[in-house]
Amino acid sequence: MSEQQDMITDIKTPVYLQYNFTAGKSPARFLSQIKQGILTGQRCPSCQNVYCPPRGSCAACGVATEEEVVLSGKATVQSFTIVAIPIPGNPIKPPFVIANLVADGANISFIHLMSDCVNEEVHMGQRVEPVWKPQEEWGYAMDNIKYFKPLDEPDMTIEDIGKLALNAEKV
Amino acid sequence: MLESEVLSQAFELGFTYTRSTGPIVGRFLTDLKNRKITGIKASDGRVIVPPMEFDPDTAEALSEFVGVGSEGEIVSWCWVARPRDAHPLDKPFAWAMIKLDGADVAMVHCVKAESQNDVATGARVRAVWADETFGMMTDIRWFELL
Repeated sequence: MSEQQDMITDIKTPVYLQYNFTAGKSPARFLSQIKQGILTGQRCPSCQNVYCPPRGSCAACGVATEEEVVLSGKATVQSFTIVAIPIPGNPIKPPFVIANLVADGANISFIHLMSDCVNEEVHMGQRVEPVWKPQEEWGYAMDNIKYFKPLDEPDMTIEDIGKLALNAEKV
Repeated sequence: MLESEVLSQAFELGFTYTRSTGPIVGRFLTDLKNRKITGIKASDGRVIVPPMEFDPDTAEALSEFVGVGSEGEIVSWCWVARPRDAHPLDKPFAWAMIKLDGADVAMVHCVKAESQNDVATGARVRAVWADETFGMMTDIRWFELL
């Protein structure tokens, strides 16, 4: 049996891919603004949809997005998942909540962390606001926002998520 | 649009796989750890190294392990003039198909040589084992020319 126990049954075969990532014009602008503590999007001149973060073009219309829009950071949970399994290299300890959030005034979601919340009570339509790191820690990164936490506001109906116009106060 | 500086940074994407070896490859790797090279006998009598789990002709499960030599013959080769970071040697070397003594098919591994002029099809080589073996293909550091 000792021979059996000494048998090799698995091997580590990691693959590491080294990239040099260049942000491009629109994401670079977005990151420069986030470094100043400002969350921005870009509006499509054709369909008027606002993209946050912007990629420089509208995926639906295929035209360049040029107009920059400043967003408050308040957002709505479009969908979410509770992560229960540790991910190698991820410093965040499970369980934690990852959500697709639509910023007020934007029409598509971005992914971010939710915290300061009861995981089991997170739900679609829930209103959230960003919790920023101390200003001296701001860099060119989306994690200048540490996480989003629940706002004491009424839920948004599912149909209305992503349709909140800029500057329109939620009723 | 408002201009901003070009932002660029290094980024590494890692897939930290662990692979299950199964009993055939597991045996091969276990033997490597013990500084032995093991093949398997196919239905037509050929000895295949590294061992296959299933017969290449009949698809029957294979189980008859056969020890082969740690010396062999270069069947074909390719000179690597500029090794990459992931390569087993940090100076020019050869990838080679090596038919070990007692085997009927060739196995790929690296051959350490001062110059590609020293490497030739038909040349005899010998496995150089790592100081510490783990049950991995890299337990054979490289093959040296005889």
